[in-house]
Amino acid sequence: MDNTIKTNDTQYCLQVKNLKKYFTIGKTFFGTPNQFLKAVDDVSFDIEKGTTLGLVGESGCGKTTVGRSILRLHEITDGQIIFNGVDITKLKHEELRRLRPKMQLIFQDPYSSLSPRMNVGEIIGEAVKAHRIVPRSEYKDYVLGVMQNCGLRPQYFDRYPHEFSGGQRQRICIARALALKPEFIVCDEPVSALDVSIQAQIINLLKDLQDQYKFSYLFISHDLSVVEYISHKVGVMYLGNIVEMGTKEQIFKNPMHPYTKALLSAVPVPDPTVKMNRIILQGDLPSPANPPKGCKFCTRCPNCMDICKEVPPVYKEYEKGHKVACHLYPQD
Amino acid sequence: MNGINKNKNKYTLTRKEERAIIRENRKMMRHFEKLKKRKNVSESEYLTQMRDPNNLVEFDDLHTYFYTDIGTVKAVDGVSFEIPKGSTVGVVGESGCGKSVTSLSLMQLVQAPQGQVVKGSIRFNAGDKCYDIVKMPTEAMRKIRGKDISMIFQEPMTSLNPVFTIGSQIDEVILLHLEGYTKKQAKEKSIEMLKRVGIARPEAVYDSYPHELSGGMRQRVMIAIALACEPKLIIADEPTTALDVTIQAQILDLLREIKHKTNSSIMLITHDLGVVAEMADYVVVMYAGRIIEKGTVNDIFLDPKHPYTIGLMKSKPVVNKVVDRLYSIPGQVPNPINMPNYCYFRDRCDRRFDKCAGDYPPLYKISDTHYAACYLCDKSKEAQ
Repeated sequence: MDNTIKTNDTQYCLQVKNLKKYFTIGKTFFGTPNQFLKAVDDVSFDIEKGTTLGLVGESGCGKTTVGRSILRLHEITDGQIIFNGVDITKLKHEELRRLRPKMQLIFQDPYSSLSPRMNVGEIIGEAVKAHRIVPRSEYKDYVLGVMQNCGLRPQYFDRYPHEFSGGQRQRICIARALALKPEFIVCDEPVSALDVSIQAQIINLLKDLQDQYKFSYLFISHDLSVVEYISHKVGVMYLGNIVEMGTKEQIFKNPMHPYTKALLSAVPVPDPTVKMNRIILQGDLPSPANPPKGCKFCTRCPNCMDICKEVPPVYKEYEKGHKVACHLYPQD
Repeated sequence: MNGINKNKNKYTLTRKEERAIIRENRKMMRHFEKLKKRKNVSESEYLTQMRDPNNLVEFDDLHTYFYTDIGTVKAVDGVSFEIPKGSTVGVVGESGCGKSVTSLSLMQLVQAPQGQVVKGSIRFNAGDKCYDIVKMPTEAMRKIRGKDISMIFQEPMTSLNPVFTIGSQIDEVILLHLEGYTKKQAKEKSIEMLKRVGIARPEAVYDSYPHELSGGMRQRVMIAIALACEPKLIIADEPTTALDVTIQAQILDLLREIKHKTNSSIMLITHDLGVVAEMADYVVVMYAGRIIEKGTVNDIFLDPKHPYTIGLMKSKPVVNKVVDRLYSIPGQVPNPINMPNYCYFRDRCDRRFDKCAGDYPPLYKISDTHYAACYLCDKSKEAQ
């Protein structure tokens, strides 16, 4: 087939190249789209097998759109998504269906992502049946096994979601994703809706499962401390672009982009003796429908120069694996 | 299938039991509602004395219950703490621990008729007089609420009225509570308030509707409304939870600045330990409707005593602090209807011992400012 590109890089689980997703927000009289909201504008990254990429940014910066586009829940505008060496952007319906069990999604809100009319066994087992992961006869044992892995007791099998607390529901969501033996899971803010003590339980569970099954995660979150704990690599997004990307150590110990620096300094530290020199960004995130010219961060940047307002900066590698898009650093 | 049995829920009630509960609830609710709706009550009935005149608010053994059809939920069960004048008190705890209900009791805004303050008192120092808010009828409370005590809610998206302009919503507070203001003067004051909370084009924002503003801007407007009457106490109920980190930093900075300028007290309710460490002077940690530890910020963060406080701090990942594995408190908060009679945290505690199976522990004094409700802090026994 012409759309299956076999690449030599077998260490990558997922490679995203120049991903673009534009939403239409205006049409001409004849129905031709003429106004676009560039939710994701030229984003590239790759995730090695068994590792986690953390994606951070403020709300509205396009991180969820990236996650959904990778799973082809959105029709992408342009770019390539290579999953295990296969370009999945042009796959047809039937081929995509075969691929679905390999890529799963855990949603943010465990209260609205579980059907209230199905019991736990049905929720976890529905896709197992549909994709024929195990033979009919072993089905129930298999589901119970998955539940046990996620810390759910076997007697929960017949219960309904409303009987569970937020943390337990998130475990059900994780079990549902896990039951299909995926290789890659997109976690879209899986712990934001949970309390601190439950958060720790879920994060530990996700990490244990990764050690056990060698999953790759795309971990989307706005909580920098959680991202630092769980990720191997971190990407920082701002208005549809990745402005900085590097290993966890590079981003947190040596942030280069002014936005990353501001984001890190804005996190409150639970220690009253630490008095921080906080960089407080002025203003709000500009509207993604009408982003500023040049560097998109120029309206809020504390180090803004004249060139920033005119020319968009180049996204360039400065250390091994540490890429930044900023005019403060040499551009060529 | 063996091993799976349809375990009947422990809390399932028969129809008869349920009816008895409903009948009892109705009786209680009618009793409390009647007390609140009294008219022409003389002020002397709810006047009281502060224990310490430097305190602005004193909660004393407050009990707020919710009468639900499946039983009584003791949302706040014997809470006592003080808010000194000009200081920030942080109330921390997980969802459902009663921190919001405590503040709503202070505002007399608990969801009625099922939610009622059953016992205890809340003394509020209004300058020359002191009121007991629990005994106050609704009519009298209306004069204090919004004027001397105001509240910033968690959701800036839903707490502004979408069909009125920002301006008219600030004007309303001023015209209602401050005497001698004409509409024109109120408008001037509203614009001044908007300017004070750091809104760039106050005149334009005055005429705009809530949907035209971003989350951070709306929260600023909420703060402007709360500040319009120069309250003595601002209750901030999770003011930054719905906002992004960069906006959160802006709002916290604004709150701190306002506190310095107006010398009002802030009761900050949050689940984010980082926010508390940064903002508060005193910290109250709540668990399942009770205070388990209270003290100054340094007491709580540098020398936490209660195993729950310690666990909570260990389970939060901190930027630039490497840990191999996050600590997680096992289990969940007990069912609020059938609370055990021993320490509520015992089943989740990793340091429990024989004594924990006894009565609920009282607050033990560790230092003049630091108290914890745990038998581990019982110095008198250890000395023996």
